[in-house]
Amino acid sequence: MSINVLMPALSPTMEHGKLAKWLKNEGDKVKSGDVIAEIETDKATMEVEAVDEGVLARILVPGGTENVAVNTPIAVIAEDGEDATAIESTLPPPKLPGDSDAAQTAASVAAPAPKQAAAPAPRAPEIPSDVTMIPMTMREALRDAMAEEMRRDSGVFVMGEEVGEYQGAYKVTQGLLQEFGAQRVLDTPITEYGFAGIGVGAAFAGLRPIVEFMTFNFSMQAIDHIVNSAAKTLYMSGGQIHSPIVFRGANGAAARVGAQHSQDFSAWYSSVPGLIVMAPSNASDAKGLLKAAIRSDNPVVFLENEILYGKTGDVPALEDFVLPIGKARIARAGTDVTLVSFSIGMTYALAAAEELAKDGIEAEVIDLRTLRPMDTASIIESVKKTGRCVAIEEGWPQNGVTAQIAAVVQEEAFDYLDAPVARVTGKDVPMPYAANLEKLALPSTAEVVAAAKAVLYRT
Amino acid sequence: MANETDGAQPAPIAELSREQELSALRDMLLIRRFEEKAGQLYGMGVIAGFCHLYIGQEAVVVGVRMASREGDQFTTSYRDHGHMLAMGMDPKGVMAELAGKRGGISKGKGGSMHMFSREKNFFGGHGIVGAPAPIGAGIAFANAYRGDGRVSITFFGEGAANQGQVYESFNIAALWRLPVVFIIENNRYAMGTAINRATAQTECFRRGAAFAIPARQVDGMDVRAVKAAADEAIEWCRSGKGPYLLEVLTYRYRGHSMSDPAKYRSKEEVERMREEHDPIEQVRIRLLAAGVSEDELKKIDASVRKIVAEAVDFATSDREPDPSELYTDVVA
Repeated sequence: MSINVLMPALSPTMEHGKLAKWLKNEGDKVKSGDVIAEIETDKATMEVEAVDEGVLARILVPGGTENVAVNTPIAVIAEDGEDATAIESTLPPPKLPGDSDAAQTAASVAAPAPKQAAAPAPRAPEIPSDVTMIPMTMREALRDAMAEEMRRDSGVFVMGEEVGEYQGAYKVTQGLLQEFGAQRVLDTPITEYGFAGIGVGAAFAGLRPIVEFMTFNFSMQAIDHIVNSAAKTLYMSGGQIHSPIVFRGANGAAARVGAQHSQDFSAWYSSVPGLIVMAPSNASDAKGLLKAAIRSDNPVVFLENEILYGKTGDVPALEDFVLPIGKARIARAGTDVTLVSFSIGMTYALAAAEELAKDGIEAEVIDLRTLRPMDTASIIESVKKTGRCVAIEEGWPQNGVTAQIAAVVQEEAFDYLDAPVARVTGKDVPMPYAANLEKLALPSTAEVVAAAKAVLYRT
Repeated sequence: MANETDGAQPAPIAELSREQELSALRDMLLIRRFEEKAGQLYGMGVIAGFCHLYIGQEAVVVGVRMASREGDQFTTSYRDHGHMLAMGMDPKGVMAELAGKRGGISKGKGGSMHMFSREKNFFGGHGIVGAPAPIGAGIAFANAYRGDGRVSITFFGEGAANQGQVYESFNIAALWRLPVVFIIENNRYAMGTAINRATAQTECFRRGAAFAIPARQVDGMDVRAVKAAADEAIEWCRSGKGPYLLEVLTYRYRGHSMSDPAKYRSKEEVERMREEHDPIEQVRIRLLAAGVSEDELKKIDASVRKIVAEAVDFATSDREPDPSELYTDVVA
């Protein structure tokens, strides 16, 4: 009886990884707990252990193979005495890069290709049309933004849990320690309240700290300094003391990590005067906005998303690509209904727009990018054109960002509305762990499609 | 290492020159007279909200200021008027801020608890009592980062010293050897709660040992003792050895804030402190014994009263902020 060894997942969000090398050869005896291979993602490296005793009968995916999908059989372990060479035909073919369906999967993960060219996303006006675009993950784009700003200004430094030697819990700070040294890339103890306050003090004194929260869930420990110290001091000092600090990290739900690690703080921070709040949805915006955040003389809460870290997007190969703060982006032009979102909410909004296009509905999709100050003018302008609005976020519904959008739209474009503003939000519950419940708790493309059809009075 | 002596030994008493004693007297008197006047203005309704007076604690900040250098930064929580005057901030601007006027240090937008001066290296004035610990450590981080030899000196009360952020800061400051002097102003009462009712280990300086931070307990009613201990602490930090903790035993004569009748302690206790340990009286007696004339001391008091009177005039005659100031300074 032979056993397939499957490509394991290093994290709940991992979809592909590199099979770095085999530590055993075909024909070697293995017992439970033996390390047989090493796998890597852009985030981490892990050892694969044998879970059964036997002989490594066949290696199905050679060492050094990139982009091996999770759960692909990578080897076969045969029971001792079993004829290893006989094991052949019972296995599904391994999915390797180059195999058509594997490549397709990778491509669809990397950049969902527009199915129809009905309403292509207009290029953001900030990017000149003749610029070369380089595909990279949001993780790499964020890292590059920090590295570029650290090269440009010696007052910029990074601190947080595991940002240095570990290379970042989500590998966003990969390589920074090596380039900039331990004076500028500082591993902190697990004490958010303390190190956030130390960051604010350093900012008061004129440095430009980037404080990484491993996830924003832990920023609740530090919210006192974000709000009381960083956000309010310029005002309380009559304009004397600036807080040029960036608080950044993964915000919102990851996957299957439960209630205490899956909260969206967009509404919380974007309600606070004195803060700038950004929530990029793609690699290009992430880079341009983070550079703007680091250069800002204001405290910036920069909300990233773990699911988006690994998504690839085109980033302009500009020497100094800095996006304006407080400017939304029309991600897709349309005339029938306005979909407004930000961060991972854009995933649902854009997918819904594709679906709607199949029914002949042209949605205009607005990516807010900055939540505070919010570019309400862009929303209003669009709603005046379409007369209908659906706002989408992963956060909770009460006092959510979408609640604010609905309020502003009815205040400023009431006469243009042909239907009440609809909202698609995370459900009003702590995030459940079970896969089916978690899926239900999060917004979905289907919900956005349904909301858009509802405001259009179509079924 | 300084804490090998366990920190409980009395600090050496700094020998102050006659000029230093006169200067200390003048600086402490300025705080005392300023605060007395602030108390009166509060009663008259000119100052509102929360107003926490520093009367009784003057020797702490004045002694530390005498030990610090130009460029060293001070941070404290909301009992901050004395710290600002000791840092040389204009009494007119401070009083006008208390009165919520446009000429106030924060343009009338901060109030008693929230004032800052970049020019004078005063970084607040924080309404959250434990905040000076990490913020002061962060300023020290900037000093170390730049290698500019400055020392950050940060003050908070023994009540604040129970907050978690204080220990998070102690740990990081020691780990990164930040040039910060943490000063616990132990005035025995956290608002109305006596230290032994809120704090298991009432000798606050002992908390330094848990973080390998040298620490010392100091008589905060004697400006010479404060100066000597601060000299030692600041030198320790400036020479790159990391943070230092001082617990300064002091006493506030007034209530926690203007609205506090202070029923949690006896009149006798307050009287005894005022009569036997008053920091200003101690200096006066020494100066008189050293041959300074009563007249000369009266002149100092008169000059201080004049400064305070001018500050009151300025604050009461100044106008409220222009309504347009509501929306300025929110973001840069």
